[in-house]
Order: sequence, then structure tokens, then C-alpha cells
Amino acid sequence: MMEVFAPNAAAFPAQETVQETAQETAQETVQGETRKPASAIRGWHGAAVRLDGVVKAFGERPVLRRLDLDIPAGQFLAVVGRSGGGKSTLMRLVAGLEPATAGTVSVGGEKVSGLVPQVRLLFQDARLVPWQRILQNVGIARGPGWQETARTALHDVGLADRGHEWPFVLSGGQKQRVALARALVSHPAVLLLDEPFGALDALTRIEMHALTERIWRERGFTVILITHDVTEAVALADRVIVLREGEIALDLPIDLPRPRRESSAAAGALHEQILAAV
Amino acid sequence: MAESFVPSEGALSFQPPGFSGDVPREKPEPGPLLRGFRAALGRLGPALLPWTLPLAVIVLWQTAASLGLLSSRVLPAPSDVSLAFWRTLQDGSLVSNILVSTRRALIGLAIGGGIGFALGVANAMWRPAETALDSTLQMLRNVPHLAIIPLVILWFGIDEEAKIFLVAIGVAFPIYLNTFHGIRTVDRGLIEMARVYGLSPAPLFFRVILPGALPSILVGLRYALGIMWLTLIVAETISSTSGIGYMTMNAREFLQTDVVVLGVIAYALLGKLADSLTRALEQRTLAWHPAYASNREAAR
Ligand SMILES: Nc1ncnc2c1ncn2[C@@H]1O[C@H](COP(=O)(O)OP(=O)(O)OP(=O)(O)O)[C@@H](O)[C@H]1O
Ligand SMILES: [Mg+2]
Repeated sequence: MMEVFAPNAAAFPAQETVQETAQETAQETVQGETRKPASAIRGWHGAAVRLDGVVKAFGERPVLRRLDLDIPAGQFLAVVGRSGGGKSTLMRLVAGLEPATAGTVSVGGEKVSGLVPQVRLLFQDARLVPWQRILQNVGIARGPGWQETARTALHDVGLADRGHEWPFVLSGGQKQRVALARALVSHPAVLLLDEPFGALDALTRIEMHALTERIWRERGFTVILITHDVTEAVALADRVIVLREGEIALDLPIDLPRPRRESSAAAGALHEQILAAV
Repeated sequence: MAESFVPSEGALSFQPPGFSGDVPREKPEPGPLLRGFRAALGRLGPALLPWTLPLAVIVLWQTAASLGLLSSRVLPAPSDVSLAFWRTLQDGSLVSNILVSTRRALIGLAIGGGIGFALGVANAMWRPAETALDSTLQMLRNVPHLAIIPLVILWFGIDEEAKIFLVAIGVAFPIYLNTFHGIRTVDRGLIEMARVYGLSPAPLFFRVILPGALPSILVGLRYALGIMWLTLIVAETISSTSGIGYMTMNAREFLQTDVVVLGVIAYALLGKLADSLTRALEQRTLAWHPAYASNREAAR
């Protein structure tokens, strides 16, 4: 992994060096000893996400009511909640796809106003461009040396030999992996996952969990995962919040050791606690 | 007629039934050369099938004419049409008229198609343009463009511009409508994704929006090609001193029904050619589409 990705980091030197110096010190302290610091791979980092009194309403209907949330750089946060609870809306605010009605959203210390290049969003449907080959989909934004970067990212999600094919030949899980590769090539500091595994079967889902967790540990970006699946949240996240009627009904740290292979009694208790709040 | 117009297809399509049936009996173990030939026939089969009906009609027609059931005043025999073909081919009038007509058709298509495409893109992507233009265009669209031929003759006389103008007007609307519709129905989710992934307007248009609208635009193009030839026939018949329409109109005055039929066939073949070219374009540009991809697999 490390060797594979090192050259790519070099492919975007200007972008990396600026942020690296600012982030590196913060990262060591936030992540502590719990896992290999992401800065071990030079150029990879997370960014903190902060919501201050965020309100979002569509017309008269409030969807998010005064949300305060502090997500440290590199944290894996899971957001669970009922359908229509405003989870996707929260994501769209962080990505800068929509403005907040009141309050501020900031990423890496900067106020969000418009699309944030450091943030990448994985949609529930993979949203691959059907008329671009898989490799071209991964490198959709092109940029210098994109083919090499895209090839490496495809390799990383286990689809190294599929780059020349059209997206329609892929299975649902494979499409999501391509979408993940596409998100990774742009070196996101924050990765937003909007139920990307919802439509997958149980086995493929476990595979995708392992893949996501591995890449997150290697790179140390911040993850916000939306999910309906409490088990998924407990298996992957450092912290779970429950969003109910536009408010945070529960904010629970998950201090289970990784990797979290089999379900433990502790996990079961957390599971119960979250379900009760939803 | 059959021999002269579609020589290769005609010759081949008559042979396969007897040919492929007889050979294996003489030679139970076909050699590599023969196997290659039969494989080629097998591949040609689907390509020849569409031509069997026109050929059958020609055979019937020739038979009826030879038996005297059809007067040559009403409809000349295919053999007479073939003779007319040779005659006009030799004096160069056929080729020059076809070239003149094709040139008009293509220039008209380029101008009208370009305008229709540009308006379609502008109105689909930019609300103010749609508000300002769309209802006017919808109104104009409902005027049969051939209805303004008298005006066009007053404006341009019987010059080239008249024909090109009419063709351009005729093709502009189907291209406009289908471009507009195609762009409007491109998956919003894809556009949003492209914006999140940092595509600026030009790559967004050329990498996502235009290819997404292309299937619809090509439908518009095929429709426009039909209108293009139709317009040209009418325009050349009414006011022209060259072109296939003029050739047939002129022949009518001298009661040369064979040349008239020849002109009609020339239009049919030109129309078919244009349609085949669009289909080929579809196959090439829509290779990403499951429907087209599976077509290609089946054809292989
Ligand atoms: N563009 C919009 N215009 C009007 N209302 C909207 C818009 N987007 C979202 N909403 C409303 O906001 C509420 C929250 O929607 P959101 O998509 O955030 O829910 P969600 O928690 O992601 O639900 P799910 O789990 O089903 O995806 C819904 O009631 C929805 O109707
Ligand atoms: Mg949602």
C-alpha cells in the first residue's frame, strides 16, 4: 500500500505540501496511539469538520434544528437515524452542495460556502458515468498523471484489471468499489459515505466494510458514514450519533479494539443503546 | 436493375440456399478454405436478409412488365430503368445531379442542424434563453416548412440558397427538440456527482451532459435526415435546374418514366445510405449502452 501510493502523493505536490504542514501536528495528537498515524504515509491526512448551530429548512419545514457537532480530523463517525431524519441533508451541507439556513459548517477550519474540494461524497447509488470507461470514471476529474493515479486506486479496491470496461458490466458491489476508488484518487481529507453499502448483500457488505476500514486506517481521512444498519455503525465507527427529527439524540463513542471481527458482548450492549435512541 | 444497382448483394443472395446445401454432400469433410467461405456466408446472411424483399419486388415487377401486364407508360420495367441508369451514367448527368442534390442536402443539414443543436443546448442549459425562445420555436415548429416555398422562391428565386434554406428549416426543428429533450433528461445525480468531483463547466458539458444527451440527439438526426431528403425532393421538383428532383421533373416532360423511376430509386438509396451512416454512428458512439453492446455481441 504505502509503496504503491507514495508516487501518487508526489503527483500532486503543490496541493499536498500546503495542507500537510498545517495538519501533521494536529493529527498526531488526535489519533494518539490507537492506530498507525496516517502521516506515516506522507501527504495523507484528515480534516476536522465542525457544525455550529446549523439549521436547515426547506421552505417552512425544518430538517435540521440547531446542530452542534465537532468531528476531529481522522475520526470515523457513523450517523444513524430514521428515514427522512435529515442524514443526507447533513452530508450535502458538509459537501457544500447546499447552504445552511443558519449557522456555519467548517471543514479543516474553513467556513464552507460552495463545493469543498477536500470533501468527497460517495452516493447511495454509485453514480458512475455510463459512457466513460471504468478507468476514466475513476479519473473523472482528469488532472496531471490521472491515468496512473486511477490505475493505482482501482488496484487498491481490487479491480485492477477492469479499467478498460464499461460500467454496466459491473455488479452493484463492484460499482461501489469503483466509486470508492474515484473518491480516493482526489486525496480527500473528508470522505462522506451516504449509505453506499445499503443495496449490497451481506457478504459483499462485509467485504466493503473491510476495504473501507483498511483504506481509512492507511490514510487517516475523516469519515462520516450514514447508515440504517446499527451493526454496521458499531463495527466500523469510532463514534456513533443518532439523528432524530433534526437533532442529535445520542452521541456515543465506540471504544472497541480493532479489527472488530466477531460480535462481542460489549458491541451488543452498544447496539442496544443505539437502537433505543433511534 | 438488380444487377446494376446492387450487384454484389444481388449475386450473393440468390446463391446461398442451393450453394451451402449442395456442397457438404459432395464433400463431407470441408477443407479450411471451404469452411472459411461458409463462415463468411453465415456472417453475410443477416446482412443480406433485409434485401430479400426489395429483390423479390423487382423480380415480380420485371415479370409483370415482360408479360405485358404493366404498360411502360405507367411503370417501366426494371430492365428499362437499368438502361436509363447506364445512359445517364454515361452522359454524366446522373452523377452530377446526385452530387448537386447531396451537396444541397449536406449544407442544409449542417446549417439547420447546427442552429437546432445550438438552440437546443442554449435553451436546455440556460433558463432565460428557454423563456425567451421556446414558445416562439414551438409556434414556428408547427408551421409546415414546405408551406413557405412560395415565399422562399420570392426571396431567393431558384438559386441554391432557396433549397438550402428550406432543408435547413426542415432539419432544425427535430434536432432542436431532441437536443433540448436529451440534455434536460440527463441524470441530475450524475451532474451533481460531476460537480462534487470538481468538473468545471466545459468538461462537465463534454464528458457528462453531451454524451448523456447523445442517444436522443441521434434520434433527432435520423428523423432530420428523412425530412432533409423529403424537403429536397419537393424543392428541386418545384424550382431547380439541377439535382435529382429536376432530373425527374425534366424527364416527366419527355415522358421518360424510366428516368423518373430511376430518380425515385436514387432518392431511396441515398436515404437508406444516410440512415445506415447514422446507425453506424450510433453503434460507435453508444458502445457504452447495454442495448448497443449486446447488439454488437450478437452480430459477431
Ligand atoms: N431539496 C429538497 N427540497 C425539499 N425537501 C427536501 C429536500 N431534500 C430533502 N428534503 C426533505 O428533508 C427531509 C430529510 O431528507 P434527507 O434526505 O436528509 O433524509 P435522510 O435522513 O437521508 O433519509 P433516508 O435515510 O431515507 O435517506 C425529508 O423530509 C425530505 O423530504
Ligand atoms: Mg438519505
